[in-house]
Amino acid sequence: MTDLATSAPDVSTAAAPARTGSSGSAWVKWLARRVGLAILTLWLCSVLVFFATAALGDPVRAILGKDYASSPERAAALAAELHLDQPVIVRYFEWLGGLLTGNLGNSIANGFPVGELVGDRIVNSAVLVLISAILIIPVAFAIAMISANYRGKRTDGVIQVIMITLAGLPEFVVAILLVALFSTTVFHLLPAVTIAGGGAPPWSKPASMILPVLTLVIAVAPYVSRIVRSSLLEVLDSDYVELARLKGVPERIVMRKHALLNAIVPGIQVIALQLAWLAGGVLFVEYVFSYPGIGASLVDSVRNSDFPMVQVLAMVIAAVYVGINLVADVLSILFTPRARTAISS
Amino acid sequence: MSIVSPANLRRIGRQRRLVTGAVITLVIVLMAIFGPLFAPYGENEIVGKPYTYEGSFLGTDYLGQDVWSRVLYGGATILINSLLATALGMVLGIIIGVVAAYWGGWLDEVIMRLNDVALAFPQILLALLVLTAVDQPSWYVIVLLVGVSHAPRVARLARGVALGIVSRDYVTAAEALGESRVRVVLAEVLPNMNAPLLAEAGLRLTYSIGLIAGIGFLGFASNPSAADWGYMINENRLALLVQPWGVLAPVIIIGVFTIGTNLMADGIAQLSGRGD
Amino acid sequence: MTETSLLDMNQTGGCTVSDLRVALTGTNLDVVDEINIELRPGEVVGLVGESGSGKTTAGTALLAYSRRGAFIEHGSVTFEGQNVLALPWEKVREIRGMKIAYVPQDPGAALNPAIRIGRQIVELLELHGIGSAAERTEGARAGLREVGLPDDDEFLARYPHQLSGGQVQRVALAMAFLPKPKVLVLDEPTTGLDVTTQGMVLKTMGELCRSHRVAALYVTHDLAVVANIADRVAVMYAGQIIELGPREAMFRQPAHPYTRALLDAIPHLSRARALTGIPGSTPGPGRRPTACRFNTRCEYVQDRCREIEPPDVEVGPDHTARCLRVGEIGSWDIDRGNTTDADPNTDRDIILTIEDLKVFYGRKEVVHGVSFDVAKAEVVALVGESGSGKTTISRCVGGLHRQWTGELTFEGRPLGKGSRARSAEDRKRIQYIFQNPYLSLNPRLTIAQIVGRPMELFGIAKGKAARDRVVELLDAVALGPTVLDLQTNRLSGGERQRVAIARALAAEPDLLVCDEITSALDVSVQGSIVALLENLRKTRQISMLFVTHNLALVRSIAARVQVLNAGALVESGFVVEVLDTPKEEYTKRLLSASPAVD
Repeated sequence: MTDLATSAPDVSTAAAPARTGSSGSAWVKWLARRVGLAILTLWLCSVLVFFATAALGDPVRAILGKDYASSPERAAALAAELHLDQPVIVRYFEWLGGLLTGNLGNSIANGFPVGELVGDRIVNSAVLVLISAILIIPVAFAIAMISANYRGKRTDGVIQVIMITLAGLPEFVVAILLVALFSTTVFHLLPAVTIAGGGAPPWSKPASMILPVLTLVIAVAPYVSRIVRSSLLEVLDSDYVELARLKGVPERIVMRKHALLNAIVPGIQVIALQLAWLAGGVLFVEYVFSYPGIGASLVDSVRNSDFPMVQVLAMVIAAVYVGINLVADVLSILFTPRARTAISS
Repeated sequence: MSIVSPANLRRIGRQRRLVTGAVITLVIVLMAIFGPLFAPYGENEIVGKPYTYEGSFLGTDYLGQDVWSRVLYGGATILINSLLATALGMVLGIIIGVVAAYWGGWLDEVIMRLNDVALAFPQILLALLVLTAVDQPSWYVIVLLVGVSHAPRVARLARGVALGIVSRDYVTAAEALGESRVRVVLAEVLPNMNAPLLAEAGLRLTYSIGLIAGIGFLGFASNPSAADWGYMINENRLALLVQPWGVLAPVIIIGVFTIGTNLMADGIAQLSGRGD
Repeated sequence: MTETSLLDMNQTGGCTVSDLRVALTGTNLDVVDEINIELRPGEVVGLVGESGSGKTTAGTALLAYSRRGAFIEHGSVTFEGQNVLALPWEKVREIRGMKIAYVPQDPGAALNPAIRIGRQIVELLELHGIGSAAERTEGARAGLREVGLPDDDEFLARYPHQLSGGQVQRVALAMAFLPKPKVLVLDEPTTGLDVTTQGMVLKTMGELCRSHRVAALYVTHDLAVVANIADRVAVMYAGQIIELGPREAMFRQPAHPYTRALLDAIPHLSRARALTGIPGSTPGPGRRPTACRFNTRCEYVQDRCREIEPPDVEVGPDHTARCLRVGEIGSWDIDRGNTTDADPNTDRDIILTIEDLKVFYGRKEVVHGVSFDVAKAEVVALVGESGSGKTTISRCVGGLHRQWTGELTFEGRPLGKGSRARSAEDRKRIQYIFQNPYLSLNPRLTIAQIVGRPMELFGIAKGKAARDRVVELLDAVALGPTVLDLQTNRLSGGERQRVAIARALAAEPDLLVCDEITSALDVSVQGSIVALLENLRKTRQISMLFVTHNLALVRSIAARVQVLNAGALVESGFVVEVLDTPKEEYTKRLLSASPAVD
């Protein structure tokens, strides 16, 4: 199940034509503006993260749980440690300052600096996401192209129904069903958890990566393929493709040259969105498979009310999303002649 | 065309996806509502030792409660919470999106920038951020969180659709006549957004179910002893090898539910001509 | 440019269509039926028809192509001794583009936006491996020169969106002519282009066809265009060719009642006409009457027309018509619709004054100080090409655009900027009608609600009284009360525009601002709308500000005309004076570029 609207996403900030100077400086100006916007978004994200975690509810009560009532001294000590006597705004800027200078705070659960705890996990999650993405893109595109080729016929209909069915399933449902199928009851093929033991990276035991990756692929590929298919169909129905046919251009060249070229840009946007989702949506998958990544860490931290960890992890996810969007925007512009010439003119 | 005219009903009947999805959804909904009436055992009734096959055909859970009965009891909260969260998300999102599209200008820019910020977080993350500070969330907190997390996505869709409509001549004609802005939105813009909004609502419902069940699965529940499909998965996780039904039954039923709502949503999209 | 030798003058080139029938997939309803045309080298045949006539279907069938949902049922297209429709796929693909070429309607949409035009022009030659790369590029340059476009590297490297509409269409022409095809099908390639650009494209096309000895089929709805470029004309109605003959004969002695009705609906540049329309609307596939397809709308219909299918009757040399009553309906005179122009010497009771109007979009000034006035019960035409500012000015008058300076005075009172700044009275007295009838009416409301809303809003009538008035108004625009509770999707374009007019009338206005309200409609429908407006003007004494790009239409509808170019007023005055004796260069250029039927 993916976190996406039915319609293909619109290009967030499309070409901002700058008409002064040479084409080089116009590009730089546009890029600068775009990057500035990304930074602004990130800053607002930090505001959201901080106030969502620290301003609502009672942090001390949440952390201590049942102990809250029984030991007021611990409560007071904790309140002092968290600087709860100071107004929220001040605390926010303290935190932000810390973030920007590399002081990410210490985990409440075990006292270690957040930076140390999080470093390896980011790498692990990145590996998981990248492997999944590398599989998702060709699978989704292939399914979309096959479907578009047979559009209207039985094959297309069947494929689409399967895609819709899979697309609606929540990730944890897919994960658990896969575990049940391959790790336990039905077959005993693959390990249900990805602990490699002794701090070794999870991919040192490739068999244990199969199920998590498979879950992500099953969860994300269907939607990507549906959107790619629909934009392919839109292009195939367009006037210039029809003209190409009337000019006698063979169908495969029509597909390849005329259709695919114009379906790339929406494709880029979709892929970006999916990657961004993967970055955070691994939450459920890592939790189910005990994969040592930021998703599982995030869930644990939330359960333990470990604010510093939660805040940093959330910002990491937000930063990845904003970064990916930025790259996608730049690529979209590069691939759209209209926007490209508008910028450099 | 009005949705329930006879010609339209016939057309709907021919849409296999919509009908199949609706039927599946209906079955699960009925089960969620009337389940407790048919449960062989009580919601918290201990019928045997934990993780055995005593009780009814699905065996017992981690406390010895009957799995099948708890499944029948466990849908109501998810159903109600999902519907409410969807409704909240839709209403908020539509208001934001249509206002942004209609008023345009700097208001549109500001709203969209803020929207982008909210969109940078996966929905589950937004909910989890707040749950960090809340120990045992009440049901309305969960509904609120999930509903609000829907709003930016609905807003983006609503704005996109509304943008296409507010530039149409009949809207301009209404403004030239001097209709009030509110009336223009209510009478000219919104009624022409029915179809895509309905499809989106179906989709949001699918996500609501997944999120709310997911939140339960991660271990956050307003009432831990009550039967709740999502929370049940968490409770019985450890015995997956021994007595899988404690986990598989709620998992399968959640899966079927989301398949049903998703098919239905896609069927609506097809019907309105926006699908394939 | 090679001259074909005497040997192949008549043998190669040209093609013959026989008994062509295209039907809807899965049914036996025909889209077009019994199509027989002969295309001869170096000759242009105009295929004329209104929407729903099937002309595009017939045209593309020459390339063995049918759009999705239709298929070519039977018939033959004989080209170079072979029947194209009977050839296997690969052979058809070889012929397409190389021997039988196609120039599409919408210039912008027809070229791939992601490929530079230099590469697109040579695509076909590249595909068939003809010549070396250098030769192909040279051929592309020659082709561009032929259509009057630059042939340098910079131009070849452009993308389609960097060209103007006229340039794109000429590139499409160059692209079609490059492989030196023998037959060319052009599908309304000048729709949407300015009059002067259109003139240039047509001239180019005509020259290319003649010099390359191409047999051309020009599909269009515009009889005026056809009158200037076609050697022979075929008129289609409801899927059949109902008349076919040499140009002169078709325009001087049309035999079929439909052709006559079409010609009656066309405005002329040289004299004012009382335009008329044809009652009813064109029936689509499946709804066509039996026997003569025109019998439901024909003014000469008799009982036998509903029973016997009319054969193709010869009415002159190389001139046939499909009507049972050809000899009986008398002759037709091109002047029979003439009326008198508006009299320049009448008194004018001014109701609207525009003084020094400057209009802005953002910081850009698009209209530069325009001044004119409109009198009571008078039609003033705003005419110009795209970008002239005519629509912009009309939107300011109608209250749809707020950024302007100057003075707009209506009945002595200054008008506010934008409808929200105006009093209810002013909003009521000036009503705006939009160009596209498919977008100007709310699809979720019934006709009764649409037409009744202004009455409610301005306190004219409510409830039952309003509904009665709506019926009256619908009657005034020649729509029956049966449409009251329908939604707009059940009405044709012409009917919708009538509803829009009824809505405007519901407010009891003194001034109607009509923004190209007939540009999206068929010629015969336009004729009936114009007749309706003239009637309303006389009976209700309503003034009109009529925006159009069609100079001939101006003659038949307006008393005074304002000619605009690039936001400035070029010439202003009574229609008969400006059109007969233009003073400015621009006006003269515009007049000479306008295709005329007479």
